[in-house]
Amino acid sequence: MKIEQIIKTAFAVGALTLISPLLQAQEHSGHGTMNQEKVTEEKMDHKKMGHESELETEMLETSKPHLSGNSGSMDNDTNMGANVSDLRDPHAYSGGYTLTEGPYVQSGPRQLKLADEHVFKSFLANRFEYDSDSEISLYDVQAWVGTTYDRLVVKAEGDINKGTLKESQTDILWSHAISTFWDTQIGVRVDSAEEGESRQWLAVGVQGLAPYWFELDVAGYVDVDGRTALAVEVEYELMLTQRLILQPRAEITGYGKDDEFNGVGQGLSSSAFGVRLRYEFSRQFAPYVGVERTKMFGNTADFARSAGETSSETRYVAGLRFWF
Amino acid sequence: MSDSDMTNLMLPRRRFVKGLALGGVLATMPSVLRAGQLSPHTRLGSAPVLQGSEINLVVGQSPVNFTGVTRLATTINGSIPAPTIRLREGDDVTIRVTNRLSVPTSIHWHGIILPFQMDGVPGISFRGIAPGETFVYRFTLQQSGTYWYHSHSGFQEMTGMYGALIIEPREKEVIQSDQDYVVQLSDWTDEDPMRVFSKLKIQGDVYNFNQPTVIDFLRDASNGGIKDAMQKRRMWNQMRMNPTDLADLSASTLTYLMNGTTPAGNWTGLFKKGERIRLRFINAASNSFYDVRIPGLAMTVVQADGQNVEPVSVDEFRFGPGETYDVLVEPKDDAYTVFAQSMDRTGYARGTLATERGLSAEIPDLDPVEWLEMKDMMGSMSHGDDGAAMDHAAMGHSMPGMNHGGMAMDHSVHSTHQNPLAMPSQTVRHASTEFGPSVDMRVDMPRTSLDDPGVGLRNNGRRVLTLSDLRSRDGILDSGIPEREIELHLTGNMERYSWSFDGLEFGKSTPVHLKHRQRVRVILQNDTMMTHPMHLHGMWSDLENDKGEPLVRRHTIPVQPAQRIGFVTTPHDLGRWAWHCHLLFHMDAGMFREVVVS
Repeated sequence: MKIEQIIKTAFAVGALTLISPLLQAQEHSGHGTMNQEKVTEEKMDHKKMGHESELETEMLETSKPHLSGNSGSMDNDTNMGANVSDLRDPHAYSGGYTLTEGPYVQSGPRQLKLADEHVFKSFLANRFEYDSDSEISLYDVQAWVGTTYDRLVVKAEGDINKGTLKESQTDILWSHAISTFWDTQIGVRVDSAEEGESRQWLAVGVQGLAPYWFELDVAGYVDVDGRTALAVEVEYELMLTQRLILQPRAEITGYGKDDEFNGVGQGLSSSAFGVRLRYEFSRQFAPYVGVERTKMFGNTADFARSAGETSSETRYVAGLRFWF
Repeated sequence: MSDSDMTNLMLPRRRFVKGLALGGVLATMPSVLRAGQLSPHTRLGSAPVLQGSEINLVVGQSPVNFTGVTRLATTINGSIPAPTIRLREGDDVTIRVTNRLSVPTSIHWHGIILPFQMDGVPGISFRGIAPGETFVYRFTLQQSGTYWYHSHSGFQEMTGMYGALIIEPREKEVIQSDQDYVVQLSDWTDEDPMRVFSKLKIQGDVYNFNQPTVIDFLRDASNGGIKDAMQKRRMWNQMRMNPTDLADLSASTLTYLMNGTTPAGNWTGLFKKGERIRLRFINAASNSFYDVRIPGLAMTVVQADGQNVEPVSVDEFRFGPGETYDVLVEPKDDAYTVFAQSMDRTGYARGTLATERGLSAEIPDLDPVEWLEMKDMMGSMSHGDDGAAMDHAAMGHSMPGMNHGGMAMDHSVHSTHQNPLAMPSQTVRHASTEFGPSVDMRVDMPRTSLDDPGVGLRNNGRRVLTLSDLRSRDGILDSGIPEREIELHLTGNMERYSWSFDGLEFGKSTPVHLKHRQRVRVILQNDTMMTHPMHLHGMWSDLENDKGEPLVRRHTIPVQPAQRIGFVTTPHDLGRWAWHCHLLFHMDAGMFREVVVS
């Protein structure tokens, strides 16, 4: 079936996205152990190189890649470069001393702690909006607390209709930096629904910044009954001026099997494509207007139709984006 | 949002950029925090001067108002800048510092050679000065020139704790002048600095209002075609780097000050016609590089970091936090503007040299914002860049020995050559810790030229000072070929707002061990796209060129993006010392190492 193929592909892409940074991290850690060997090799190479013409040596030098990002193709190039095989030990100059041991050290526990050892926190209401047609308010917030590389992240999204929470999805995750722009996230997701059944999932995902500044959030879910789900969210920020910003956004979700209670069907279940235009009175405070097209697919669409709902709609929204 | 965030939202931007005419420390008032109210006793202009070999300083809080909002500043003896201390070379001085704050404080004597216990870095050289305590600094002055002092605790420096330290030469002053002014540049924010830092941590470009926009793209496309416009952006977007990330903070939160005075306040230095004026420029800003010029007046640079240099005449110079330059000027007209625009071109500090109070000269427009160039990202090997061809030639062809002879590992092969340490090594060696989440860029072919004034100053038609123009007048303190070479990289991840050496923030680092009195070469390679003013405490650094020739003695050396510089030092004083980027937030984020001399 076509939809099955789509969801399989989506899962495969998601899994690859998950794994590739991990592989990269492994490659790097490998360098440490290979260091000694490679240095010896390099020495020998240089002896040989001494007999080569100077021009050739220069060519060798200049043909090396000169700059590397930490992920993406450039990085892979660098891994093959001679420089990388000749890595330094960052503690080689310490003479064995540490910040708390050695001559002239201040007694007692280490006093000087800089921001790298501090805990920071943030709350972002990415979408906080109202659709007057359906009288639905939507919230989509993300909060974190932690250090530069390890954080507790809470992502919460839900619909409120006439003061009651219709449905919600909350992810509570441990987020760990694995490369320059990517964090892996693992934790739990809790779904609640006014009509339907609550579900608890194990959540695994990656979140980060792809080349060309696409913000990507991919997560896979599995629950105790063997249900699986996948969610992919992409956002982009197009600066029209310094304060007027157009934010296209796409979200697709899929499920491994039918869940009639909650009105979701196997395969690609729903998609949402929207654009929001916001004005940043300050970087932290920006009202917006937007339009979003949502669509359900396959069994999900059938469930919706049989419940007397539409399987696709266009929503005009007004909202507020703010963070602190 | 916090109160200060709301305040910033409401304040007209002009107030931030230019400040209030009477901005500054408010005289002690009973209703200290009545916002917007200005005391008639508001103090303007130059700091009080303290002299003699016994000095008493009291650290406390004072209300200030630079933008229309009253805030509490951290002050010394109640003034911003702190008192100018004038001492004499060779004297034994005693400085008593009393802490009237509710938190610990410290004073670091920037660029002064002294025993490490007197250096004033809490947690490294001493325990800090507890609330209510008086700490006595005692040291003998072994140098003369223009220096400064500031707090090394938290963000106290950013909130007002900085002052000039002038040391008269024991022998005759070689720099002759009729007037002598300290011109201390700084920056002020109404926000809580910790809040500023936390905002950068959440969104690194939060203060950048010069970002590439769709309108810029359309302009480029109509001028040079869509293909070129795309090409111009391709690399940046691929790398997820911002070509206008020139300063983390901008005039959207900073007000730039000259001698504690806002541009609207117009600090004025008086002179009589025919006089020769010495201006002692001190960059005491927490986060701002300044490009300084006096339109219509050539400046003769005579000192760098307190040390006499061979005079060099320039129109403009750039300096970062921690650096000082003394210049001589001989004005002919009645009034000149001393113009110091911030490197990111969002604002300026300004003052006037005039024959009488109240005069002013035209204030130039801010220069246009320029994007970082390929050489700021790739070093010497950027293609399609005019400067690159030259750099290439310099690296490859004119110095063929460099790639081999300079390599520290190659002793056996090239033993017949001169000592390999005679020249700084050109072989880039990244640290294993540079591969990971803490680093967003690594440069494999850095540029080594020191004659680049840096982004925004490259082709402006003015004669701009560069590091290659500087020569110590008194030669080099310690001569001889270094016995050892160490290489460290300046690293960061702008997206996570993390800064480090070798990809390791301070908390994960170990000290750099230097042997007492052993001459050592330090190579700093900048693997980031920002310029870092690197300040090494406790010893002089003899900056050298790429041939290993010593140029100038410094205590703070700015390292440009994708640049590799070498300096040689001999640690004469035992102990533990700090070594860090003098951009306060970079230091606090972890671009900080400890140095052990034993």
